[in-house]
Amino acid sequence: MTHHDRLAWLASSALLLGGIGLAQAATLDDVREQDQVRCGVNAAQPGFSALDDEDNYRGLDTDVCRAIAAAVLGDAEKVHFVPLNSVERFTALQSSEVDVLSRTTTWTSSRDTTLGVNFTGVSYYDGQAFLVASDLGVASATELDGAAVCTQSGTTSELNLADYFRANGMEYEPVVFDSPEQSIAGFEAGRCDVLSSDASQLYAQRMQLADPDSAMVLPEVISKEPLGPAVRQGDDQWFNIVKWSLFAMLNAEELGITQANVDEMLESDNPDIARLLGRDGNYGEGMGLTADWAYRIVKQVGNYGEMFERNVGAGSDFNIARGQNALWTEGGLHYAPPVR
Amino acid sequence: MTIQHKMIEARPAPKNTVGPVAWLRANLFSGPVNSFFTLLGLYLLYLLLTPTIQWAFINADWIGTTRDDCSREGACWVFVSARFTQFIYGLYPRGEIWRVEVTFVTFAALIAWLAIPRLPFKRWVALAVLVVFPIFAYFMLYGGHFGLPVVETHRWGGLMLTLVLAVVGMVGALPIGILLALGRRSQMPIVKSFCVVFIEFWRGVPLITVLFMASVMLPLFMPTGVSVDRLIRAFIGITLFQSAYMAEVIRGGLQAIPRGQEEAAAALGMSYWMRMGLIVLPQALKMMIPGIVNTFISLFKDTTLVMIIGLFDLLGIVQAALSDSRWLGFSLEGYVFAAFMFWIFCFSMSRYSQYLERKLHTGHKR
Repeated sequence: MTHHDRLAWLASSALLLGGIGLAQAATLDDVREQDQVRCGVNAAQPGFSALDDEDNYRGLDTDVCRAIAAAVLGDAEKVHFVPLNSVERFTALQSSEVDVLSRTTTWTSSRDTTLGVNFTGVSYYDGQAFLVASDLGVASATELDGAAVCTQSGTTSELNLADYFRANGMEYEPVVFDSPEQSIAGFEAGRCDVLSSDASQLYAQRMQLADPDSAMVLPEVISKEPLGPAVRQGDDQWFNIVKWSLFAMLNAEELGITQANVDEMLESDNPDIARLLGRDGNYGEGMGLTADWAYRIVKQVGNYGEMFERNVGAGSDFNIARGQNALWTEGGLHYAPPVR
Repeated sequence: MTIQHKMIEARPAPKNTVGPVAWLRANLFSGPVNSFFTLLGLYLLYLLLTPTIQWAFINADWIGTTRDDCSREGACWVFVSARFTQFIYGLYPRGEIWRVEVTFVTFAALIAWLAIPRLPFKRWVALAVLVVFPIFAYFMLYGGHFGLPVVETHRWGGLMLTLVLAVVGMVGALPIGILLALGRRSQMPIVKSFCVVFIEFWRGVPLITVLFMASVMLPLFMPTGVSVDRLIRAFIGITLFQSAYMAEVIRGGLQAIPRGQEEAAAALGMSYWMRMGLIVLPQALKMMIPGIVNTFISLFKDTTLVMIIGLFDLLGIVQAALSDSRWLGFSLEGYVFAAFMFWIFCFSMSRYSQYLERKLHTGHKR
């Protein structure tokens, strides 16, 4: 290869690489062209993403996708849900099979830094907790010394459990199962006193008991499992859109804007509300969206609180308390930067 | 001494050697040990069947539309009936379901035509099943032409997807398998080694690995923006995998045909393809019917593995339905339903193969 040839080769590969970079950068254009947001979700996670009788995906994770579609395409139903299992979810995102991943994925440093994905925020603060029979008379996890604990094999739950009991100087007897169905069946059959898993899953498992009220979830949360949507690295505009779609829902709840009153709120004198709903200034422009982007989200999907209550909270069968998932103003962890 | 001049008239066999009572005595109560085990068996059967029947039929709830219609004392088939359309057609748009129905009724009619001996034009119908029908099915199920809206493959699911995968796998694997089997017995070194390597490779890896690679690795190798439909990936994976198995089953049949058969055909001046097509394969395939059907049945059940690439076959859609918060805790009903559906199809295949064996029976059987 002569010097000249080598230069030409370098130049063309640089062009090629640049071309790939450009092609990847415009997720927003791709989404507009397809006229749908391709959203990677869990195939079966009660309360977060599950098929209902009418062939629709329902749940908190899927509503996050709908919010993005409402902001970008103006129609919350323009989502193509791609069911993914836990192994292929990141590959699907990297290979552009999906535009956003909203699949009960825990935000960890290794995932954020080594997999070529960016987490845009936290849609649900999850954590490992304990389910006990109500008539056991236990009010706190610190009273569980010597208990038999049902858990799932091969999960981080198993490790967290060992750490927690050791740290608190307590003994326990692990009873390990393969699947959530088996572990709740084991709990119901009396194989163990306590069932330990992520809180979101415990509430779903509790529903599978013949009498759900016979068991309760203890208040202790022993691990941090912040779940949130993720996008590919290298497209900051799309990253911003996904990030702010969630922030818009949190801000709407904080400002008291609901699906029902959003049209009245358009007339509100509150400058924060006017800015969020796009009556004052154009805060969608920086993301390539129109000024009423947040209005569309709230109008079509609702604010964060409505989304929470509908899917996993009081309006659902799970009846999960807001807890950590309340707004910062109400003692929870959800805090969205202001729109201005 | 008296001499009997008349023949004694034929009398019916003694009461205790014919009829159900005699059968029972001969087979179930022929001695104290057998009687004991018969009674023990009946008792165990009673222990097993009573709660099953109680659960599945007597205490079961059949009518209703929601969870509240379930008493939770026995099985709640309301779950299955509320979800029935979804279990059968997946997420196929409800308004377009007639297209699936027409396709499968056509397919069933064609197969029935082939199965009933009296009907004429067998050759043409077989050709229609193998060539015309797949094209027809594509236009009907996928759409996009003749005014039918496109139904993308990610909306296909349930029993319909299971059947599509199984039929494509069977129709694809049989001819490829025959060619591979012939190739492996070929004298041509390149053809032979290609077939050996192909068969040993695909037989050496589990199907789940093939599907997994197709879903996780393949997209990484593809250029940006190019993606092969998941269903096509599954088709290719399943067909290649099963054709390797099919090849070995058919090769077993080819081995069993005496060498003289082919030599005699060669002596008559037949070409290779005539010898194979007219003399060897008809005998070999007939002999291998149990093996071929065995492979088909296992293929039918293997289709459930497409769950790993995010396609909802019958079992997958049942599992997905189990996580609907309105129907949590009905897994037993869901799995029983899925098992029953699979059993119906596998059992029918098995019966049809036995019928074929009897029909093609030419006295070879020992």
